[in-house]
Amino acid sequence: MQVKVTVNGQARSNDVEPRLLLVHYLRDVLGLTGTNVGCDTSSCGACTVHLNGEAVKSCTMLAVQADGQEVLTIEGLAPSEEQMHPMQVAFRENHGLQCGFCTPGMVMAAVSLLKEIPNPTEQEVREGIEGNLCRCTGYHNIVKAILAAAGSGAK
Amino acid sequence: MIPAAFEYERVDSIDAALSALKKHGDDAKLLAGGHSLLPLMKLRFATPSVLIDVGRVKELSYIREEGDSIAIGALTRHHDVQHSDLLKAQVPILAHAAGQVGDQQVRHRGTIGGSVAHGDPASDLPAVLLALGGTMVIRGQTGGPREVPAADFFTGFLETALGPDELLAEIKVPKVPGAGWSFQKLTKRAQDWAIVGAAVVRNGSSAGIGLVNMGPTPLRASAAEAALAGGASIEDAAAVADQDASPSQDINASEEFRRHLARVLVRRGLEEASAAR
Repeated sequence: MQVKVTVNGQARSNDVEPRLLLVHYLRDVLGLTGTNVGCDTSSCGACTVHLNGEAVKSCTMLAVQADGQEVLTIEGLAPSEEQMHPMQVAFRENHGLQCGFCTPGMVMAAVSLLKEIPNPTEQEVREGIEGNLCRCTGYHNIVKAILAAAGSGAK
Repeated sequence: MIPAAFEYERVDSIDAALSALKKHGDDAKLLAGGHSLLPLMKLRFATPSVLIDVGRVKELSYIREEGDSIAIGALTRHHDVQHSDLLKAQVPILAHAAGQVGDQQVRHRGTIGGSVAHGDPASDLPAVLLALGGTMVIRGQTGGPREVPAADFFTGFLETALGPDELLAEIKVPKVPGAGWSFQKLTKRAQDWAIVGAAVVRNGSSAGIGLVNMGPTPLRASAAEAALAGGASIEDAAAVADQDASPSQDINASEEFRRHLARVLVRRGLEEASAAR
């Protein structure tokens, strides 16, 4: 069936099977491979994107459910080619990643978290990213990065 | 993991959903937020031939006062239950427990009605609704809505009192603004399903107690409730918290460990619910 989805501000229209998952639509149909598939069971958060401004797990959503909605992926987060989003800057400055696999989902979850809690405590950050697993960092620098981004007014 | 092929139909009203259910019969499943159904379909444990997407039926998303109760539309998301000022004031255990479901991403999609209609004994909210003495409001093909108490709603493993052509429209819970409450949940990792959970709502010297993951259905700790009502101490009531349960054994816990957890979590829950807030 035909779906029309606004992805990273751009109107997209494609004929898809109803069973196509949103993450496969983004990666395989639109070629936006920044969003990763990790566990494929809505546990790890690597596939996190924004649906109408809120973090969701794109492995647990059908592309047809996003019909007529707005999706933002990691590719659409930065304001321009030259300038990173403040959350991306904070992750770089605080070394909030090692292998990088969880990073796109982690950044998208973090941006969504700060929209809801602009000035979180460390505890709120840790609870806020409970849906995103990182196997490298022990979360320490990720939490530091998100707190730094909150301090810099990132939304 | 890719679900088996299905036909997809999106509806925008309760009536359209009921018509679609009538048309497609047993082969159809209602899709709300999809956070119970889609994982099952990806594993091919569920292979409905038609999905009726009710996710955008706006008339089923609300939280409002109705006399001594709060009525919650079945499609109200966990996120909205968690952050509802009305629920925080009148039914705080429900707002709190909704915030313990999954993680922020799951709560942005999952709905209270979807979770309850799925009937999973490992879900958090059914136990809370049992402890509160909530009511399920069901819409069928003919006549007005019918109401089923939470205590009669969960009939078997992933089975409920909902008929194949019916729709869970609303969940009603009593206002309990001053009542002591507690929601206890033991997980290995933050976002996991509870290995065992307990929801406690005090009502004078007695209490409603719901158990998570202690049998094929969400269930009440009836023996502990009866003991309290008969004047037993918290310790003595908690000691029989697992009496009516038949927990399974799995990778997370043996049956005996689950029974132990139920007794400990109900004791902690009763203690917390009985302390001044």
